[in-house]
Amino acid sequence: MTKMKKLINDPLKVADELVQGLVDAYNGECKFVGSRSIVKTDIPDGKVALLVGGGSGHEPIYHGLVGRNLADGAACGDIFAAPPPNIVFEATEEVDKGKGVLYLYGNYAGDVMNFDIGAELSDDEDIEVETVLICDDVCSAPPTEKGKRRGVAGLVPIVKLAGAASQSAESLQELAAVAKKASLQTRSVGVSMTPGSIPATGKPTFEIDEDKIGLGMGIHGEPGVAEIPMASADELVPKMLDLLVEDFEKDEDVAALGAGDEVVLFVNSLGATTMMELLIGLKIAKAYLEERGVTIYDTIVGPLVTCQEMSGISFSVTRLDDELKPLWDMPCQSVCYSKMEGRYGG
Amino acid sequence: MSKDNLTINEVRDMMLSVADKIIESEPILTDADRALGDGDHGVGMERGMTAVKEALSDKEFPTVAKVFQGVGTAMMSTMGGASGAIFGTFFRSGGKSLGDADTFGGEQVASFFQEGVDAVMARGGAKPGDKTMVDALAPAADKAKEVTSSPVSDALASVAAAAEAGKEASKDMIATMGRAKTLGEKSIGKPDAGAVSVAIIAATMSDYAQG
Repeated sequence: MTKMKKLINDPLKVADELVQGLVDAYNGECKFVGSRSIVKTDIPDGKVALLVGGGSGHEPIYHGLVGRNLADGAACGDIFAAPPPNIVFEATEEVDKGKGVLYLYGNYAGDVMNFDIGAELSDDEDIEVETVLICDDVCSAPPTEKGKRRGVAGLVPIVKLAGAASQSAESLQELAAVAKKASLQTRSVGVSMTPGSIPATGKPTFEIDEDKIGLGMGIHGEPGVAEIPMASADELVPKMLDLLVEDFEKDEDVAALGAGDEVVLFVNSLGATTMMELLIGLKIAKAYLEERGVTIYDTIVGPLVTCQEMSGISFSVTRLDDELKPLWDMPCQSVCYSKMEGRYGG
Repeated sequence: MSKDNLTINEVRDMMLSVADKIIESEPILTDADRALGDGDHGVGMERGMTAVKEALSDKEFPTVAKVFQGVGTAMMSTMGGASGAIFGTFFRSGGKSLGDADTFGGEQVASFFQEGVDAVMARGGAKPGDKTMVDALAPAADKAKEVTSSPVSDALASVAAAAEAGKEASKDMIATMGRAKTLGEKSIGKPDAGAVSVAIIAATMSDYAQG
């Protein structure tokens, strides 16, 4: 494979430079903190804080989710690498307004270790920290071992809901409970078609045969459940959604997904898959879910959880209940995701 | 000629040679990690060891421990990822166990590797056989305990051989940790990238000690 053309400078400074650019995009709403964190400038005293974070290179997540009624800050790692503990700590110190900090991030070994060390450093300074891991990728472990699942695109609706809850949460524990519920009710399934590349080396993140796609492959190209032949949208999308529906069905911790349920449907591109393809996928997914009596309350569509020029698509479903729906209805604004009050068509 | 102990400055220079060797090995580490992980290990180690060079070059340290702790802090605060947390923990905890020793001999080699691998297992939850860097570190630590009375050059040569054998043995293991775990049996036949790094680090420490 030929090396990708990348508009960058020093490959080792890519993360620093992109976060500085992100701060510029926020135009005063957020600031660059410490070694490499981004934090809102107007967090009110006494607010329970929400901190996200993870490796860079997946823009516009994770740091693009800092914003109004969303996350208060993000600890930004290098490309595809968890943020080091000192960065997590610097972000924690900055977002803490006396009521503690919820860490909400995708379940990867590196992130868990570095955020845990960051939490230990914060504890030394008497800052209270709770952690909720995002484990929405149904293809990365069975329902009985949900704690081992990777965090993928589902983090967008989960952070949206937690960010809304954090505006009025009385305590860190109350916010953590909402984040856990949003996490539990959010499931994702993805396929990968061609790899992204590592900016520093230009090398592809994985290899796959020309005529094959990776079902359930992770956002870094971690192998999925199977390599299957490339197929049409009409063949592939229902196959993917079957995995989601089966997962809700098999998991004893949640009800099966079916008639009467209202969901947010998020159709995500891993980077190179076009809006054209996402919209075709969305059309099929909507029909598939409605056939089962599920109402699409709202949709998100776009390349929000990416891996450079990787091509692939993922579908995430978040089931709303009476507690989550008003949180969904709150408006929010960030570089990654913005919405008006209520829902489209509502 | 075999050397009984290394001085503090020699330990510093040994770690500078390790940093150079790892930076030079970036393509090997990247390829090893691409086979099983996401391919970021080589670049991460290069970044960490570049910071190690900055932290150690032309510096004086009061103890051997401070040299290793400096290595660990530089790696942990610049690499990120699982590698940064784990390698940082290894050097910081292994170094801390040396107290105020001002030489690095057979006893210190044993303490450094044992405390280091114990801390790595506590932090990451890996045990021997999980196809991680522990599979190179644990045999290295075991060997180090057998050669505490040897000159440091011989002790490190034995430790390096054990780390290399451990890395080779990791080829036959099934990954259960980190991003490689989803590969299951497909991970057989390739070594863990972290174990490859450990083998290079131990071999370079040994090469330096041979003089």
